[in-house]
Amino acid sequence: MAQQRSRIINHQKLSDTYYKLTLESREISALAKPGQFVNVRVNSGTCPLLRRPFAVHRKDKDKELFELLYEVVGNGTRALSMRKIGEELDVIGPLGNGFKIDREKKSAILVAGGIGIAPLACLAEELIKQKKEVFVILGSKTNNFNWLSVDGYKLSVCTEDGSAGHKGLATDILENMLSTIPYTLSAIYACGPKAMLKAAAGIALSKQADCQISLEEKLACGIGACLGCSVKTKNGYKLVCKDGPVFNSGEIIW
Amino acid sequence: MVDLSLELAGIKLKNPVMAASGTFGYGKEYSELVNLNKIGAIVTKSITVNPREGNPPPRIAETPAGMLNAIGLQNEGLQKFIDEALPFLEKYEVPLIVSIAGETAKEFIELAETLSKYPKVKALEINISCPNVEKGGMLFGCAPEGTEEVVKTVRQATGLPIIVKLSPNVTDIRIIAKKAEEAGANALSLINTILGMSIDVNTQKPRLGNITGGLSGPAIKPIAVRMVYEVARAVKIPIIGMGGITTAEDAIEFFLAGASAVQIGTGNFVDPQCSIKVIDGIKKYLEGKKLSGLKDIIRKLRA
Repeated sequence: MAQQRSRIINHQKLSDTYYKLTLESREISALAKPGQFVNVRVNSGTCPLLRRPFAVHRKDKDKELFELLYEVVGNGTRALSMRKIGEELDVIGPLGNGFKIDREKKSAILVAGGIGIAPLACLAEELIKQKKEVFVILGSKTNNFNWLSVDGYKLSVCTEDGSAGHKGLATDILENMLSTIPYTLSAIYACGPKAMLKAAAGIALSKQADCQISLEEKLACGIGACLGCSVKTKNGYKLVCKDGPVFNSGEIIW
Repeated sequence: MVDLSLELAGIKLKNPVMAASGTFGYGKEYSELVNLNKIGAIVTKSITVNPREGNPPPRIAETPAGMLNAIGLQNEGLQKFIDEALPFLEKYEVPLIVSIAGETAKEFIELAETLSKYPKVKALEINISCPNVEKGGMLFGCAPEGTEEVVKTVRQATGLPIIVKLSPNVTDIRIIAKKAEEAGANALSLINTILGMSIDVNTQKPRLGNITGGLSGPAIKPIAVRMVYEVARAVKIPIIGMGGITTAEDAIEFFLAGASAVQIGTGNFVDPQCSIKVIDGIKKYLEGKKLSGLKDIIRKLRA
């Protein structure tokens, strides 16, 4: 984990609210594990004040680059969206624990809710490198992911309004899948809105399947010092920035 | 070359910039990003006799130029601090000031007596003003009598320098400051966070699980500077100023108002290098104005 200035190599607007940021960093591109994140200083002023955390979306060790995929949802992400190519960003990372990859599991089901696809795309790439069969379920409110390039995994899309793919929730597809495939050989991962994660956790519990979820919480320090990002678990309060952001779904007390 | 070293309340410091309690843990996390030996002193996260779980989440809410926190004094308790945090900090030269918080006078005695046995501990900062716990902090630090009781109790329990951290959530901070001084405090640190609240209009709920929390960051600086100014004119013991410091210029406001040293808290979240940059900035300021040292700015506000 280090603090560094990363140059913006590319900054693309993918849709109304989704952006992709490509940053230069030898360390982060080499060391970041899928599921880890970086804490970014989005502007130089005091408003917004705090850094914003973003999951590592993709990384290229040879090119010494890594990508963040983010959605503009408030002050911080809006400020970030205005940063220009060539500028340097003050970045702390890689942070957090990352997803665990079980050698025994031959396949993986990745359940993404909206921007939850950010860390899961990184995970998918790694799983494919490890020759696993990867299924990705991508759910969103409406069709705003047509820019997503699928590479090496089976993608099932669903939208709440039915504008693309199956009409309904990603967890519906997950539940169906777990009824048809031998899921004990599959690792399940989920990232997205809290309601989706809670539903995924419930499905995993009912099937007695393991599921790793990536949580999100407001961060201040991002490195485990301030104790601000606590989440209630069966083993007391844990820190999303340090003990997480990835947790076993059964551990969380919703 | 300007020399920033000083002795404050008997504590030898290589510079007047400290890491504020609650923002730096026990130093371990930040040690990976910052050279701890360059910081003037570290004030630990407050410890209580017994472990505390802390408040239900969410514990943090950003506000304009600031943030609310309602951590709730989560900590692993006195024994764990001695067994784990202290040995880690022994590896560093940086002076250690331990922040202590108790629900009863008896707890303060136990904390003070026990910690005084460790040479690594250079001073105690008494947290009687944490706004995020029901008992203890609020009870003691918002009333002059409570303050006097705790400080007298700790005074009898330790020979270490005692720094009393003052709450701004009072009618007149000067009265509390004077009581702390009379009761035997060697220095005062102010201000702790200011009680505040934020509501999410989409969910129509408070942003914090605890409903209210303590406001910190640049937004509180004017209140902090004013209180340092007032307290400096009410007591003779040295003052450590804090509240929204993110730059050297911010720190210098506090010196001019009457502080002999400063603490950086929220500033560490924004930039872990903050203390180092502030230390360098203070040097540059003094050199730029052809001043020889801190004594040329401490309480040197031109009125």
